[in-house]
Amino acid sequence: MLAPNPVPTTALDWARARLFNSWLNSILTLVLVAAFALLLPKLIGWAVIDAVFTNDPTACRAAKGACWGFIVEKFRLIMFGTYPYAEQWRPLVTVLMLLTLIGMTMNLKLWGRALWTGWLIGVAAMWILMRGGVFGLSYVGTERWGGLPLTLILSVNGIVLSFPLAILLALGRRSDLPAIKSICVVFIELVRGVPLITVLFMATLMIPLFLPQGITIDQLLRAQIAFILFAAAYEAEVVRGGLQAMPRGQYEAADALGLSYWKKMGLVILPQSLRLVIPPMVNTFIGFFKDTSLVVIVGMFDLLGAVRLASGDPQWRPFYVEGLVFAALIYFCFCYTMAEYSRRLERRLDRSR
Amino acid sequence: MAMPQRTTLSPTRTTRRTFYDRDVQAVFWQVVVVGLVVGVGWFLVHNTLVNLESRNIQTGYHFLWRESGFDISEFMIPYSAASTYARALVVGLLNTLRVAIIGVALATVLGIFVGIGTLSQNWLLARITMGYIHLLRNIPVLLQIILWYTILINDRFLPNPRQAEPLLGTYLTQRGLYFPLPEGHVAWLAAAGAFVAALVLAWLLDRWTTARQLRTGRRLPVFWLNLILIIALPGLAWFLLGAPTEMSMPELRGFNLAGGGHVSPEFVAVLFGLTIYTSAFIGEIVRSGILSVSKGQVEAARALGLKEGMILRNVTLPQALRVIIPPLTSQYLNLTKNSSLSVAVGYPDLVSVAGTAMNQTGQAIEGVSIIMIVYLTLSLSTAALMNWYNKRRQLVER
Repeated sequence: MLAPNPVPTTALDWARARLFNSWLNSILTLVLVAAFALLLPKLIGWAVIDAVFTNDPTACRAAKGACWGFIVEKFRLIMFGTYPYAEQWRPLVTVLMLLTLIGMTMNLKLWGRALWTGWLIGVAAMWILMRGGVFGLSYVGTERWGGLPLTLILSVNGIVLSFPLAILLALGRRSDLPAIKSICVVFIELVRGVPLITVLFMATLMIPLFLPQGITIDQLLRAQIAFILFAAAYEAEVVRGGLQAMPRGQYEAADALGLSYWKKMGLVILPQSLRLVIPPMVNTFIGFFKDTSLVVIVGMFDLLGAVRLASGDPQWRPFYVEGLVFAALIYFCFCYTMAEYSRRLERRLDRSR
Repeated sequence: MAMPQRTTLSPTRTTRRTFYDRDVQAVFWQVVVVGLVVGVGWFLVHNTLVNLESRNIQTGYHFLWRESGFDISEFMIPYSAASTYARALVVGLLNTLRVAIIGVALATVLGIFVGIGTLSQNWLLARITMGYIHLLRNIPVLLQIILWYTILINDRFLPNPRQAEPLLGTYLTQRGLYFPLPEGHVAWLAAAGAFVAALVLAWLLDRWTTARQLRTGRRLPVFWLNLILIIALPGLAWFLLGAPTEMSMPELRGFNLAGGGHVSPEFVAVLFGLTIYTSAFIGEIVRSGILSVSKGQVEAARALGLKEGMILRNVTLPQALRVIIPPLTSQYLNLTKNSSLSVAVGYPDLVSVAGTAMNQTGQAIEGVSIIMIVYLTLSLSTAALMNWYNKRRQLVER
């Protein structure tokens, strides 16, 4: 399995060492190359050569390949959902603002009071921009929000707002106080044991029942609450991992200094343990970002829902596949960037320890 | 809110307890939190009862015994619109279990291949499998399921049953996969029974061989013996009972294919989506599990003169499994929970059947509670099973 490889010098040597170093590997290489030679031309033919890039449904129906014209035609609908056409600069600014904030947060050197203030202002500005009704912006109800901005809003709000709850739950689960501990354990295990879709169902079907008569919450907020509770349970387990990884000495030293519980946690334990769990936390965020696509099932139009909405047009109905491929590409770009970031960070944290 | 921890050094000298005493604080905050939770809970329950009353919805599970009145496209136990809601839910649960169990099995096999592939010396294979993991982990599983479904029912990609060309008697059409199935004959049943018996015998033989090896130091070629056993025993049963070869072939009748076996595009889409998505995660888990076994272990085994196959089986895998099993368990649970996304493509799993029942009866609380209880049971029992297995595999330290 681990025979010492000769150091490759020329391309031929390299191929011999990496592709043809045993008869089994040679066969494997040939089979893979043959499969590629068979499939790749078909795929390129479908996606590029025989594809239609103009928004002409008759040409699309006649063509053998993909119909990217669907995306050209429905681009604004897919990206921004049913948000009023003339006002779509607002979701665009929101997306750019959120992306800037996320990008800045990924640089650990910028972490500090200024960035957190930036986040607070950003989240507030996002609501004002999207919702309108003040500063001369026309009012746009949440039921008209859609596309990529909705996906980003749901995930960013969910991640930011669930985090404090997650820390409280994790601390509660590690607490010595039996009543608090059991409440936290039951909540975490209950939420983690059921599929997200049931939590969403509960939010959309049952929150109206839970509230006193006359009070209603709109659909977006209900879904957002579901996401916050769901994310908090998963993040709490990640935070708990960090708390458990702290050496006992840290707790004992903080006790010896006579720090109160909250000072001990806030000044000694949490700053260190949260740093440890950044990579797994980013992975949780990725999962959560992907999970926001589930709002389609409760009838909202996030990125995936907007694609579905766009393909509702009878002229373009057969080209739903292309729309889905496009959405998959967007999701992939976001998730892959975050995953790569988490991997790099992990390597750096490993080295600095 | 404060949550002071009780320390072991409780003050012994106090006879008069002040509010700042740790024990007093502990009790105080627990009472506050419990009070808050109970209060909020009571508030919600109270509102719910008032709301239900004003909407004339009766609480309780009586509706389960009423006639459901809706059809389900796929069922493993007899079902019709005249059956009860309870039966409809059982049909949904069985459909969930069907897709989850097959999905777990396929995702494991695929994931192991992918994981080992990433560590291959073959550069091409390692690259392709890494690409597979990166690509498929980063696309939402719901999108993957919907994408598969859209491809499977789209006439641009698959023919309708009338135009489909058979391949070895198998038709892949927009309406699903049609394949030949052996005609009902007792010999097939006997062969299936013999197969299970052979598996049990193989396991017993393996144990006996190991015990014998410990006693005498000699080992039977148990792998080959078992392989022969597993192939020959069912074959023999089939042959002795008349060796039937008649197959029920799918044939075009009217607008559709009939005969043979059939799986719906909904099932295939959910199965593909879940399997492929989860296999990417399992691949990564297997990869890091194998990488976690230190090189010295393999080198030491080689120095002892073990063969490569034995090293893999007896040295690398047992140690890698210890790292692999806990995250693997959570992947199995994720797959089972993700099977609830079937509702998006109309595969009648538990969530989608319960959703229909809730829409018809308005019993949202009961419906959601049933789904939650079923999934919690599945999750907790899988977790318990895997924990038991994990404990057996754990390192026994002296």
